[in-house]
Amino acid sequence: MADEPQNLGPIHHSTVPVVAPGLTFASVTDKISSIVLKRKTPLWWFLGFAISFILFQLLLLTITKLLFEGIGLWGVNVPVAWGMDILNFVWWIGIGHAGTLISAILLLLRQKWRTSINRFAEAMTLFAVAQAGMYPIMHLGRPWLAYWLFPYPNTMGIWPQFRSPLMWDVFAVSTYATVSAMFWFVGLIPDFATLRDRARSKPFQLLYGLLAMGWRGSARHWHRYEMAYLLLAGLATPLVLSVHTIVSFDFAVGIIPGWHATIFPPYFVAGAIYAGFAMVLLLTIPLRKLYGLENFITMRHMHNMAKVMLATGLIVGYGYVMEAFFGWYSGNHYERFMIWNRMHGPYSGYYWALILCNIITPQFLWIKRLRSNLLILWLISLVVSIGMWLERFVIVVTSLHRDFLPSSWGMYQPSTWDWTMFIGTIGFFFTLLFLFIRFLPMISIFEMRTILPEAEVEE
Amino acid sequence: MSDEKRESFSETEPHEADDLHLSVSRRRRVAPTLYGIMGEFNNPSDLVAAARRTYEAGYRRINGYSPYPIEELSEAIGFTRTSLPLIVLIGGIIGGLGGFFMQYWMEVIAYPLNVGGKPYNSWPAFIPITFECTVLVAAFAAVLGMLVLNKLPQPYHPVFNAPNFALATRDRFFLVIEANDPRFNHDETTQFLNTVGARNVSDVEI
Repeated sequence: MADEPQNLGPIHHSTVPVVAPGLTFASVTDKISSIVLKRKTPLWWFLGFAISFILFQLLLLTITKLLFEGIGLWGVNVPVAWGMDILNFVWWIGIGHAGTLISAILLLLRQKWRTSINRFAEAMTLFAVAQAGMYPIMHLGRPWLAYWLFPYPNTMGIWPQFRSPLMWDVFAVSTYATVSAMFWFVGLIPDFATLRDRARSKPFQLLYGLLAMGWRGSARHWHRYEMAYLLLAGLATPLVLSVHTIVSFDFAVGIIPGWHATIFPPYFVAGAIYAGFAMVLLLTIPLRKLYGLENFITMRHMHNMAKVMLATGLIVGYGYVMEAFFGWYSGNHYERFMIWNRMHGPYSGYYWALILCNIITPQFLWIKRLRSNLLILWLISLVVSIGMWLERFVIVVTSLHRDFLPSSWGMYQPSTWDWTMFIGTIGFFFTLLFLFIRFLPMISIFEMRTILPEAEVEE
Repeated sequence: MSDEKRESFSETEPHEADDLHLSVSRRRRVAPTLYGIMGEFNNPSDLVAAARRTYEAGYRRINGYSPYPIEELSEAIGFTRTSLPLIVLIGGIIGGLGGFFMQYWMEVIAYPLNVGGKPYNSWPAFIPITFECTVLVAAFAAVLGMLVLNKLPQPYHPVFNAPNFALATRDRFFLVIEANDPRFNHDETTQFLNTVGARNVSDVEI
């Protein structure tokens, strides 16, 4: 790409450094903190924020109407009682998983390239989980009683039913949101201190000073900090795998053909990482360009993320093949019909679009020239994001709409309010994201310092 | 860095010739007590080397300040052990046992409910939440444990008074020898820090 620094030479995954040469502690600190503190907020930021904020109003409007009218507002009805609300829940929470993968699993695997993108990806995780969490709550029918899901002593003398995967989901998602938020905040503490010491205006000094909690970079503090961070990464790693496993249990524990499959947990986790990396690419490619962060987020990152996407895409593809194979090999009438119905039924268009988006499109990533073209990479990521949405549509809707008894078959059409809610969550997601890139360092400053050549201690 | 000019640090009180008079000394404000002596370094290698020599010279109440974690630095100042992993382990065990027995108590003792003929203590179904509770409490233990052991939040600390200390979050490295170190002697320690290559050696007031 033309936007690459000249001295990087030919683009090759092993020769492209994690950060561009010539960066120093001072230049890294000043560049990243200036985005928050010094640089004039660019016009596109206001534009993007305004559009997101307007779309966010659609969400508030939909929720308000939903509270008055009930979930009949949506297109869900028997037999498809889980429609856009659950498929969007799974879509959003899946997107979140790439953030935790990048921040926790790649940390444990000592992948240095994660450093430039982990902060951003973690923010994406938090904001995606916030969108995801809204759906099941709004789907409760009486969302104002959502706290009934938690075990708390109550005058009714009843307790939740812990054998239900839906209860597991409550614990998994709330734990995931809490731990992700803590992980993110802990990662931000030293950077808050950096911003506190760089900020010129009193309110910002006070704000970042409060958030930094008096961080001063003491060696003793760093030692415990590193230990805490490592332990959090170790805890977040099985956590992230458990969350999508439990989300898949919501389906797999049910006896509906198309849901009741042992392959669901690994297949869902791979799909989550696949969708998440697509979203990270979708967001970082324009951001990197707009803020001139090519020295920090190099082509090495793009290649690596493209490869992770390709690898997880292949696992997801294997999942589709196995789903079809199990359907046939089970010899079960209903399972076979389910697969036939997916491929040839009224929703077959969704199925074949899904195969096109999720299996065929990512194959272009094998070719290095296409991987290196950021526009193509961006478009592939967009297609994958759509594909993963289609996957959840196929799993949720086509399995439910024709189950065992033909007399109970039905069709599902999302209503306008389903779409306003979905578009509204996208607006909310981007609203939070725009606020994040404006007020917080989107690249972890202190971790960037650790991977610079001058950070090496010579004895 | 020349662009980071700070106001110079006044390290001593002005002494007047008639300072011995009671009336004058009463007017004088109480002399600030000393937290320690701090020196600056430009790069991590110099800081680590100086910290090693300081430790070898017998100083124990020493600390380094850096813009990013330096493993060698905490080794050099003799700080290699932390009880954080134990705290997290205890947190995880409490979370796991608490999570399981919460479910056991609710499903078996407090509110037994026949669900699809499953036993009241259907423990395999309790494992996902047990796991989530383990992770949740362990993660809280890690974060709160780190903050408590580090005595954070702590908005004020004497080292913030040191000149150029705002650069500790940018590209400057600091070594401090605290005044409560048994071997501490103001002039000798200042001299010592100069010999290990520190720049801008100065007193840090409490």
